[in-house]
Amino acid sequence: MDRLIYLDYAATTPMRPEVLEAMMPYFTEDFGNPSSLYTLGRQARGAVEDARDRVAAFMGADPREVVFTSGGTESDNMAIKGVAFANEKKGNHIITTPIEHHAVLEPCHFLAKRGYEITYLPVDEHGMVDPADVEKAITDKTVLVSIMHANNEVGTIEPLEEISKITRARGVYLHTDAVQTFGHIPTNVNELGVDLLSVSAHKLYGPKGVGALYVRKGTRMVPTAHGGSQENNRRAGTHNVAGIVGLAKAVEIAEREMASEAKRLTELRDRLLHGMVDKIPNARPTGHPTKRLPNNASACLVGAEGEAMLLSLDMEGVSSSSGSACTSGTLEPSHVLLAMGIPAEIAHSSLRLTLGDKTTKEDIDYVLEILPPIIERLRAMSPLDEAWKGKQ
Amino acid sequence: MYSEKVMEHFRNPRNVGEVENPDGVGEVGNPTCGDMMRITIKVKDDKIEDVKFKTLGCGAAIATSSMITELAIGKPLEDAEKISRQDIADALDGLPAQKMHCSVLAADGLREAIADYRSKK
Repeated sequence: MDRLIYLDYAATTPMRPEVLEAMMPYFTEDFGNPSSLYTLGRQARGAVEDARDRVAAFMGADPREVVFTSGGTESDNMAIKGVAFANEKKGNHIITTPIEHHAVLEPCHFLAKRGYEITYLPVDEHGMVDPADVEKAITDKTVLVSIMHANNEVGTIEPLEEISKITRARGVYLHTDAVQTFGHIPTNVNELGVDLLSVSAHKLYGPKGVGALYVRKGTRMVPTAHGGSQENNRRAGTHNVAGIVGLAKAVEIAEREMASEAKRLTELRDRLLHGMVDKIPNARPTGHPTKRLPNNASACLVGAEGEAMLLSLDMEGVSSSSGSACTSGTLEPSHVLLAMGIPAEIAHSSLRLTLGDKTTKEDIDYVLEILPPIIERLRAMSPLDEAWKGKQ
Repeated sequence: MYSEKVMEHFRNPRNVGEVENPDGVGEVGNPTCGDMMRITIKVKDDKIEDVKFKTLGCGAAIATSSMITELAIGKPLEDAEKISRQDIADALDGLPAQKMHCSVLAADGLREAIADYRSKK
């Protein structure tokens, strides 16, 4: 095996060399604590504030509305628990979807155990939320609606612009987990109409362990980490200066490349999805056919099991992901696919390929060459071989 | 997370398919839970003369299926039906904890095939 084709950019992305270069001085010579008053501290503080300006501008926010965090999970936790706890007097009802990332679902489960009411909106077969369902679900006890911008497994982009018209009219905060979209498609907070938006740097060629939460001015939110007065008392803890600088550098690159890269990846994605459908009998793409992330190609390849596909692809040098039970550490297949109404036996056959900056047309064609025989081999090994053939 | 032995059996599974005119058939698991196994045996002089499997499932499900055919072939029925989940896991140099159920499937499948053979006798 001499090829290595990484097709799991939704899991994480390789850091760009220029991001690393921008970060390097802040580990060693410019090591000051941004909270210190002397020159070294002020320099570090300057770097953090420059980064904040850039991140804020990219999302159409005021710099004071950007809180740096340790990543997407912390941002989601801060948004959900922070808003819930700060608005207890108003109500205890939160609306979300069953297809959210665990970083949203688990804080909601945590709150449910403490007496909060959580409504999980239905999604259609593409994983799309109907804004009318949001309207119906809001009560006078609702404090927060949390709906992801795009789903990490199937790539479907949710209609936030329409949903935010409703949440605004009803005076309810709207949070979105934009971990999969920030830096890849436009995420202007005013166009989306959101009050809180979660970001993770390592999904856009930045470093792991750093992210941000956009918090619209006036949003009532309590901190989830208490300590020093950093980030306007919203997030205690010494700044991850190098990480924050890295995030800003990744944003600078995204400003430059996002539009053209989205167009390039959309073409490659469609080439891959169409090729899978053409070459593999009973391949069923998952997620919305057009309103989806430019880099997400996901499908159920009925009659083969996801982890077995993933291992087989890895043997051919291709890194992929699956929503099958066997890759999740549980015996349940993907909660996202199940919520979309896909039966468990088909959800076990899911494969997710996510593309990125180094993906080429040759890579896609290579995958389209090796994947069909892999599926054929696994299906031939299955006791259900005849059964799935009958369903074609 | 998988041992080299598991990966080796996943890459080159032994005894895939169905024996002709099987003396016993075991079918375990179901597609909803993601793992399904069909094991067919040929018995001669109370020994497993031949055994083949077909499995739909993850890497561990395929490797444990492959391994149990190796462990069972040529064994007297009374020894073959005593092959435990741990025996299979040990022969594969261990399995991750959350994958142990796959070895249960393989052991159950063989036992069911032997029971099927005995019931027909």
